[in-house]
Amino acid sequence: MDSKFLKIDISSSPHVKRPVDVKKIMRNVVFALLPVSAFAVYAFGISALTLIVTTTFFSVVTEYVIDLIEKKESTVGDYSAVITGLLLGLTLPPGFPIWMAALGGIVSIALGKYLFGGLGFNVYNPALVGRGFLQAAFPVSISTWHPSFQADRFTSFFSSNLAFPFAKPTVDSVSGATPLAAFKFEQKSTEVANLIFGQTDGSLGETGGLLILLCGMYLAVRKMLDWRIPAGIFAAVILLSVIFNLINPEKYPSAMFMLFSGGLMIGAVFMATDMVTSPVTSLGTWLYAIMIGILIYVIRVWGGLPEGVMFAILLGNSLAPIFNILTKPRVYGTKKAGAK
Amino acid sequence: MDAGSILTAAGVMAGIGILLSLILAIANKKLHVYEDPRIDTVDELLPQANCGACGVPGCRAFAELVVKGEIAPGKCTVADPKEIDKIAEFLGVDAGGSDKKIAYLACAGGSNVARQRATYDGVKTCQAANLVAGGGKGCSWGCLGLADCERVCDFDAISMDENSLPVVDAVKCTACGDCVEICPKGLFSIQPMSHKLWVACKNLQANEEAEDECEVACTGCGRCAMDASPGLIDMVNNLAVINFEHNHKANENIIQRCPTGAIVWFNKDNTESIKGKNAKKIIRKSSIPMG
Amino acid sequence: MANSFKHGIHPPEKKEISADKSIKRFPFAPYLVIHLAQHIGKPAKAIVKEGQEVQRGQKIAEADGFVSVPMHSPATGVIKKIAPMLDFDGKMSPSIIIEPHPGSDQNVLVGREVEPDSLTPEEIVKAVQEMGMVGLGGAAFPSHVKFSPPKDKPVQTLIINGAECEPYLTSDYRVMLEQAKRILRGIKIVMKALGAKETIIGIEDNKKDAAQVLKDAISVDDSAVKYVKVEVLKTKYPQGAEKMLTKALVNKEIPSGGLPADIGVMVSNIATVSEIGELLPKGQGLIERVVTISGKGVDNPGNYLIPMGTPLEFVLKHAGVNEKARHVIFGGPMMGKSAAYLEMPITKGASGILVMTEEEHAPKKQKVYPCIRCGECVNACPLFLNPSRLGILARNDEFDKMAEDYNLNDCFECGSCTYVCPSNIPLVQYFRVAKKVLREGRQRKQQSIAG
Repeated sequence: MDSKFLKIDISSSPHVKRPVDVKKIMRNVVFALLPVSAFAVYAFGISALTLIVTTTFFSVVTEYVIDLIEKKESTVGDYSAVITGLLLGLTLPPGFPIWMAALGGIVSIALGKYLFGGLGFNVYNPALVGRGFLQAAFPVSISTWHPSFQADRFTSFFSSNLAFPFAKPTVDSVSGATPLAAFKFEQKSTEVANLIFGQTDGSLGETGGLLILLCGMYLAVRKMLDWRIPAGIFAAVILLSVIFNLINPEKYPSAMFMLFSGGLMIGAVFMATDMVTSPVTSLGTWLYAIMIGILIYVIRVWGGLPEGVMFAILLGNSLAPIFNILTKPRVYGTKKAGAK
Repeated sequence: MDAGSILTAAGVMAGIGILLSLILAIANKKLHVYEDPRIDTVDELLPQANCGACGVPGCRAFAELVVKGEIAPGKCTVADPKEIDKIAEFLGVDAGGSDKKIAYLACAGGSNVARQRATYDGVKTCQAANLVAGGGKGCSWGCLGLADCERVCDFDAISMDENSLPVVDAVKCTACGDCVEICPKGLFSIQPMSHKLWVACKNLQANEEAEDECEVACTGCGRCAMDASPGLIDMVNNLAVINFEHNHKANENIIQRCPTGAIVWFNKDNTESIKGKNAKKIIRKSSIPMG
Repeated sequence: MANSFKHGIHPPEKKEISADKSIKRFPFAPYLVIHLAQHIGKPAKAIVKEGQEVQRGQKIAEADGFVSVPMHSPATGVIKKIAPMLDFDGKMSPSIIIEPHPGSDQNVLVGREVEPDSLTPEEIVKAVQEMGMVGLGGAAFPSHVKFSPPKDKPVQTLIINGAECEPYLTSDYRVMLEQAKRILRGIKIVMKALGAKETIIGIEDNKKDAAQVLKDAISVDDSAVKYVKVEVLKTKYPQGAEKMLTKALVNKEIPSGGLPADIGVMVSNIATVSEIGELLPKGQGLIERVVTISGKGVDNPGNYLIPMGTPLEFVLKHAGVNEKARHVIFGGPMMGKSAAYLEMPITKGASGILVMTEEEHAPKKQKVYPCIRCGECVNACPLFLNPSRLGILARNDEFDKMAEDYNLNDCFECGSCTYVCPSNIPLVQYFRVAKKVLREGRQRKQQSIAG
């Protein structure tokens, strides 16, 4: 009995799918990062543009080359390398030498992603791995800051950007301190309004706090970002700041200052929320976020560095698998978690 | 640093070294485990594949059993027969060789002769495809061609031909049985190479029903059973089944009247299967188009 | 406030295609194929011979043991052949092929009437088996076995599944709208067999009109109003799954590896109960069922009363299959099985035939990305399993770990995880392969231990 009147397909159930895939999610994250990058360019000029383009370009090229060497299909099309490049660029100071930025882009992808096995296998956020590498290898350049909204920012680079590879970087005449460093080392405070609207010095992505929040909300509404992570981080930071600020307002900064200064906004919204490196269970995600929030506060206030977001997130990433195991939910019909 | 302290240091080191070597030498003598020296000789003649085809875990363990006399050297079907003879001569035992066994495939329905009724989309393994309406092939007993057997073979003895049908390399095959276990349609079986007559089909449909789905299917016509000695071939559910206890009665004439070439005869080294004179010639090289 | 369960998903319902089409009879096909193994348990044994004349409703195969049901002829005609035919899974299965006489009508002639109130519970169970009754929700489990729980686990509450949570399917909905009286009769019979004290009918809130029809029917029935009630549930997939339905209606969980009787409930599909209510008093067997035919690949979607054994070919032609049709599914889109061979027949468990076009179906040959640990599947799984980890283990063939540490055997393959996965990982398919390998490994082990 041969029924040839229909050309049919067969597949396993389910036969319908939600119309969202990895490529769509990544593309939307890139869209959300573009306004933040645009603001960075607006604040810091062509230095910013070149740095961001450099990190992104080298991240993408590194991924392409590694896929070529491994004889696998190119994964550049899923936009994850673009996101890593953009995020790395946004963590750099505006006067960062361009050759170092390129190196950072290569290290982020090669060591932060492919050493672990590629997309989905990395333990740490690749952009932060790159940033951590740069911090360890070039501690002076990574903490040299330049003021924003300089008059000639669209026509000339900061001189340190154009430093020759491997040459000793020149110390610029015009340099400043980030608000965090100012508070920690010089006990100088900054107007919160300046922080929110990006009128201060800092890294490329630090300055546009409100814009970052808005872009994050766009992603959360489209269900492409887990809102619990920024919420948990903010909650922990706010709670600690309020408590200590009440005890001694001179020594401990206000909650608003804490939230909008440094890389907390961009870290909480774009870096800690990276799906691969954050826990899968609901309770685990909350614990992870609160732990990161606490660590950020502790490192900033009592640690040796003015900025604690990077290390807090990296520590959170290393503990994410443990959170997954600790918060294994109770399976329906069983008595306790993990029971058969 | 003066000469005195250097000499003292060197002297102490030498002393410790000599003391420890003495301890090792005494231990070697006192704690020595006697092992039949022939085991080493036999082990060196074995292929060292550690494949387990003999049923013993590892070549060293096999060598021990051979020397003890508990297993015949010929049980190692993977080794070169000349090496087996050397072992037998060395120990003064009978080689006891069995017929080398290899994997046989009971299907010849590649994509150029067997019709695909539905296009399968999903995990590309035979085990997964078999769970989705049987894989969508017209003949529901036939090979799905997604190469689970090729992947599972540790000896590179199975490769898929241009029509996605597996081909067994008789030289490399060690009859380990992995392909038998993994094929969801149960098409592989381990047979001695002396089985030259073989039915490369498992289809239970009759006549046109079978041929519509696959041009090389067994249609159950029974001509081979008629042409063979009584008792050699039975027709069971429209399929020719060979009773291998009567294998010595098998000959190449039996396959000649088969209309599709489902029953075949293997040549000397099982490198080629020959179809009968009357078998329909297959000219199509590419897959049968769908619909 | 509608009851519900935690997690789950809400795929587009697509019920408007066939929801307002009332149940219509289907004509006889030129031949009918009755599989003898269409239910869970032992296949039925044929009691007719080739060439024998049979009447519509006549028993043609008897049950083989307790976990088995008989088969009845849907048409007056002649037995053409008794031979193995292809089933859903591509295996040959013993079948009876009947050729209806041309012009034979669909009035049932065979049947011995009984008064259900006069039957004891044991007699009811026997009668349900004689009817050839199996669960019409899709599982095709012999109903009489369900209605005889172990003596030490009495059933207090009978739960009727009117959720119909799968997209596209509307057969249960139409049954509720059009057969309310039969449903209540069936409920009374089943409650007597079980010794249950109350019945709860669970209906999703996208079928409020059906819930109202049932509520009205109950209110005018003196005995039903005392112990039958209707509860409206939040529309969510898989609300119709036994475990989810029980949790939503009585707030208790069926133990892992256990049965509903362990917590004093029994779940039955509403169409099953309706057929019992209609056929048992008449002493007739199950010979036809309501099937939703839907999807953009047919020009005449609707809810049809189709005789058992009607080949899919005939069904499609009669429902007006068009050239855009690409995929034919037995059941719903979330758990239904693809049909590869169009001569396969309608069986007792076929609640729907979906004929999907290329655009309705999940895209073919989607790129499969590695698991990005987004956690969507963990949020979707109604049993609170970790499909992400199970998928990663399955890729590495660690099947034993999946079963021992991650409760693989609790998964009932609802498909929620695969539906949401942004990496397009075929999770349910991996789990099915894992379960099969583990089952076979266990069988092979038992065989080698046995001898």
